[in-house]
Amino acid sequence: MSYDFPDSTGHFGPYGGIFMAETLIPAVEELKQQYLRFRDDAEFKAEFAYELKHYVGRPSPIYHAKNWSSRLGGAQIYLKREDLNHTGAHKINNAIGQALLAKRMGKKRVIAETGAGMHGVATATVAARFGMECIVYMGAEDIQRQAPNVYRMKLLGAKVVPVESGSRTLKDACNEAIRDWVTNVESTFYIFGTAAGPHPYPMMVRDFQCVIGNEAKVQMPEMIGRQPDMVIACVGGGSNAIGLFYPYIEEKSVKIVGVEAGGLGLASGQHAAPLTSNSKVGVLHGNRVYLMQDDNGQIIETHSISAGLDYPGVGPEHCWLKDTGRAEYVAITDDEALQGFHDLCRLEGIIPALESSHALAYAAKIAPTMAKDKVLLVNLSGRGDKDINTVARLSGITL
Amino acid sequence: MSRLQSKFELLKQQQRKALIPFVTAGDPNPSVTVPLMHALVASGADVIELGVPFSDPMADGPVIQRASERALKHNVGLKDVLQLVADFRSKDNLTPVVLMGYGNPIEAMGWGKFAQRCADVGVDGVLTVDFPPEESHEAFEHLQKHGIDPIFLLAPTTNEARIKLVAKLARGYVYYVSLKGVTGAGNIDLTAITEKMPQLRAHIKLPIGVGFGIRDAQTAQAVAALCDGVVVGSRIVQEIEGSNENQILENVSRLIKEFRTAIDQA
Ligand SMILES: Cc1ncc(COP(=O)(O)O)c(C=O)c1O
Repeated sequence: MSYDFPDSTGHFGPYGGIFMAETLIPAVEELKQQYLRFRDDAEFKAEFAYELKHYVGRPSPIYHAKNWSSRLGGAQIYLKREDLNHTGAHKINNAIGQALLAKRMGKKRVIAETGAGMHGVATATVAARFGMECIVYMGAEDIQRQAPNVYRMKLLGAKVVPVESGSRTLKDACNEAIRDWVTNVESTFYIFGTAAGPHPYPMMVRDFQCVIGNEAKVQMPEMIGRQPDMVIACVGGGSNAIGLFYPYIEEKSVKIVGVEAGGLGLASGQHAAPLTSNSKVGVLHGNRVYLMQDDNGQIIETHSISAGLDYPGVGPEHCWLKDTGRAEYVAITDDEALQGFHDLCRLEGIIPALESSHALAYAAKIAPTMAKDKVLLVNLSGRGDKDINTVARLSGITL
Repeated sequence: MSRLQSKFELLKQQQRKALIPFVTAGDPNPSVTVPLMHALVASGADVIELGVPFSDPMADGPVIQRASERALKHNVGLKDVLQLVADFRSKDNLTPVVLMGYGNPIEAMGWGKFAQRCADVGVDGVLTVDFPPEESHEAFEHLQKHGIDPIFLLAPTTNEARIKLVAKLARGYVYYVSLKGVTGAGNIDLTAITEKMPQLRAHIKLPIGVGFGIRDAQTAQAVAALCDGVVVGSRIVQEIEGSNENQILENVSRLIKEFRTAIDQA
């Protein structure tokens, strides 16, 4: 395989790296060493595969959204059903992988940051499953808009800590989790939820999430006799997207499109689309990436209807895929995502997560411009039960 | 000889330990900072660590986080901080000033321009909390070119190999983080510092300052006995936060004098 990133120090071209306070550097180093040791360990791989099959319910199916495709009148849309995983999103793939590593490293306490709450729920779930203490940091604003997930985490035995600093969303939850880690570095494993952060996280999270793309590469030929023409996924930090994209990088006939949160529109400045809005490169949360910031290098507050995409940065591999031109990145507004959400509910009987609805909305935009024999594979990264309060409120309904 | 070098030479001759207060530039507003810096010096500070406000201070506890937020309400950016140092230098050309903060504001300005500006305004050292030596090549190149000292952190978790790496690259002094945690945490462990010090000294020939979690004169005294300088941050910032604006200089001066007296008895 000619595409071989990151390099040994965790760089994807100029992106990535390890930007952490000294206290955490040895912890990150140890994590890297342990991960490299177990990544190719037969027993580790077998246990991971077992959990994915029997606990998560993999492989997740691929579903041909026929009604919706014919309504749109162009390319055929297929959905990779990560919403059918145990706990309702792709996040569990990575949480299990990291928990198995934590177990081998003898860590009994796990922490996580969460935006939409799906990664928090996944972490709380695996902590319950493996008998670990679990603390989840969540922005106070996100606790409001994702209330059902907060209660789910509590039911699973996790402690949810509201974060009141800064914009009170995902980035602030990350800051607080890092502060916890630096304080409890010896006892604690930080189960990071997306393909960003200091090396080895972007690589490790990608590797755990690659099961999505690896399955799809087998399933698509079984269903239609060939690979899709385009793979599409929403990009917050970028874990569900890289999980689908990575196995397709060397399949040059497959177009790769990542969909960022366009919020109220790129021109409004109220969005969470660092790649599409041509943000400057900067350093936050352990890695160098495209980053939404002001002229003084202060991180600016982002906006998205979906908590899971409401983040000013993006994983380093996506920055590199953008620069090299292998992937294309586009933005979908709140309104367009909502339309995608409602369409999938009404035409296919599937309630998608608002995050995933961004990817769906892009497919809906592009499908009509393509021939009927073209195939789009969209990563349906999660289910939308958690979002019904938000959608109801936007429709003027109180539940 | 750099200001930091001369200062530590002098202290060595006098057999005294450095008192290194930290304040955030622009807290509670930019007009306080320069008079406050002069007051720190007048009450016994040897080196000033000046915090550059950042929106996401991951290594800081709530006290210094709030200081950053107060400064950012007044839009105090890196270029303003540099201007404050220039203003300070018009009356004090001796006291070393070290900028302490996170890498992104510097990246946004560009390391070349930043190092040039540091030299122009009289900044002596730069400590970038989230830039370990491995990611600091560009930073070094520019800081070195302009004679600015890169200051590094070492931590209780730092192993021998990394101590050696930092020993090779650091200039000015080395800052030992006395505890596992964020700034302002209260769990300082004197025994652990005592035990770590020989390992640090074996490789580090520069002066070693110790900070994080030093909240009172008594602790400062005990720590001073173990190293070459004591960094006090959150306790001072807390004093600023708790004072009416017209009493900040007076209250902080009183506090610094307490620390000074205690350290000189170490
Ligand atoms: C369902 C779903 N999709 C996507 C995301 C975005 O994260 P990522 O870009 O890492 O896939 C989230 C994050 O919370 C999510 O819950």
